[in-house]
Amino acid sequence: MRKFFVLLSREVSSYFYSPIAYIVLVFFLLVSGADFYFQISFMNQRPVSYSVQEAFFNSVFFWFAFVLIFPLITMRLFAEEFKLGTIEPLMTAPVRDWQVVLSKFFGALIFYLVLWIPTICYFAIFQYITRQPAAGSSGAYWGSYLMLLLLGMFYVSVGCLASVLTRNQIIAAVISFCAITLLFFLGLISFILLDVTSTTRQLLGYFSAIEHMGTFSRGEIDTRPLVFYLSMTALVLGLTYQAFQSRKWRL
Amino acid sequence: MIKVENLTKKYAGQTAIRDLNFEVGNGEIMGFLGPNGAGKTTTMRILASFMPPSSGRASIAGFDIFNQSLEARAHLGYMPENVPLYNDMRVNEYLNYRAALKNIPHRRIPERVGDVRELCGLKEVENKIIGALSKGYRQRVGLADALVHEPDLLILDEPTSGLDPNQIRQVRELIKNLGKQHTILLSTHILPEVEMTCSRVIIIHRGRIEANDTPENLVQHIRTAGGVTLDAKTGKDDGAAELKRIGAVRDVSVTEEDGWKTFSLRVESGADVREEVFRLARDRHWDVRELTARRPTLEDVFVEITQADEV
Repeated sequence: MRKFFVLLSREVSSYFYSPIAYIVLVFFLLVSGADFYFQISFMNQRPVSYSVQEAFFNSVFFWFAFVLIFPLITMRLFAEEFKLGTIEPLMTAPVRDWQVVLSKFFGALIFYLVLWIPTICYFAIFQYITRQPAAGSSGAYWGSYLMLLLLGMFYVSVGCLASVLTRNQIIAAVISFCAITLLFFLGLISFILLDVTSTTRQLLGYFSAIEHMGTFSRGEIDTRPLVFYLSMTALVLGLTYQAFQSRKWRL
Repeated sequence: MIKVENLTKKYAGQTAIRDLNFEVGNGEIMGFLGPNGAGKTTTMRILASFMPPSSGRASIAGFDIFNQSLEARAHLGYMPENVPLYNDMRVNEYLNYRAALKNIPHRRIPERVGDVRELCGLKEVENKIIGALSKGYRQRVGLADALVHEPDLLILDEPTSGLDPNQIRQVRELIKNLGKQHTILLSTHILPEVEMTCSRVIIIHRGRIEANDTPENLVQHIRTAGGVTLDAKTGKDDGAAELKRIGAVRDVSVTEEDGWKTFSLRVESGADVREEVFRLARDRHWDVRELTARRPTLEDVFVEITQADEV
């Protein structure tokens, strides 16, 4: 367990050694700040039936930034080690493959969560200035941040898998970007299908990040997406582990 | 310390190494030689558990590299070719990280890192970013990493490649000193280095072991032994014709400059023809300004073994 934490702390700190982390942080601050600003000014113009917090987590800005950050966060995880050859000293040290895979996954996940910390301040500032609640209930905060965590776990694991498949970071980024947008749009299709009872719509509804975020950000914690994202993360991490082990036979 | 049995590695249709069998005893410094692509790096990577063999077995300090890989790796300090390092870390950070990764108890890390930093001469760069280091320092960081957990065995893949002559000398001294406490398996292309540091040599060619002996024995048993160089003015005589009549001389080549002829004699193994050459020169009244015997070196052994079946 100690080795896992040694690896994890290197993974997390390595984000802050490289300029990419700061670029992603700034980009993310800009987009989420713009999201927050436009949602509030929009709500100023006419009465709406939802809260600031709900609007923030369900806007186009939000999803735009959301889909873009995962390839940026995950592309270097394994690809860079393969490219630089640092995988050789790493794997000839007494560490197990799963320790490496999990440390990279959690390292990226922690960085992803760090990105969201400033958004908590947004709501705090809003409440301080307007003396009005930013969300309908405290459950809405729990729900939306829980959904962020769940979606983050799933998409980070997809990024891990993309990165383990290649030694080229650009290719890793393209693979994970395609996979994540595909998953995202799969969920969007369910909005186009009019027949609410059809099995295709119900099936696609499982992938619908937008729909899940919608429910969770209202404070309705549904266990179905919870199970779905946790099991999908486990599955994709399992695949990542397999792909990582296969490097020994491909070399 | 190392025991290798019938080790074979095949890559997509090609056989990189074939049925290797050898042992390295405690405290030996084993030189691993061979042309590029002979299978040295492959063998070392298999021993370091970086990739599995296609067939055969190997063990390090009694631990099977496949079934007890983690234990085997804990007893091993490995420095890969070209020394890949995290370029964005500082030297101290990197060594602390590696020490923790290699099971060194938390309270002993400062002491161990301090020791290897001292040993490898990294004191003056301890706070520099690795990406900004020169090749020589990178090499030393790699070596410090390999040493930090006090392994019984060191596997060094070309530890002196890309270094300048002074650095090569420093690394050589370091390896010699390390050999007093560690078993070392090192590969290199610099043969005089092997003659100076290694207690035993394996020459590998096309994935097979062609020689496994002490450097002295290898040199003694070489077929084309050394030769004799004679620098002389032979007057009317041809020179080469007379020299060829000496029994043990196999072959004579001549170069001429300002009337002085330089004869290079290749002689049979173990023979010393210098006295006969001297008598010949005295009898024929040649003016001699140089007469030297050239001892065969490991380089001759290497060339003979690795070029024998080419052309």
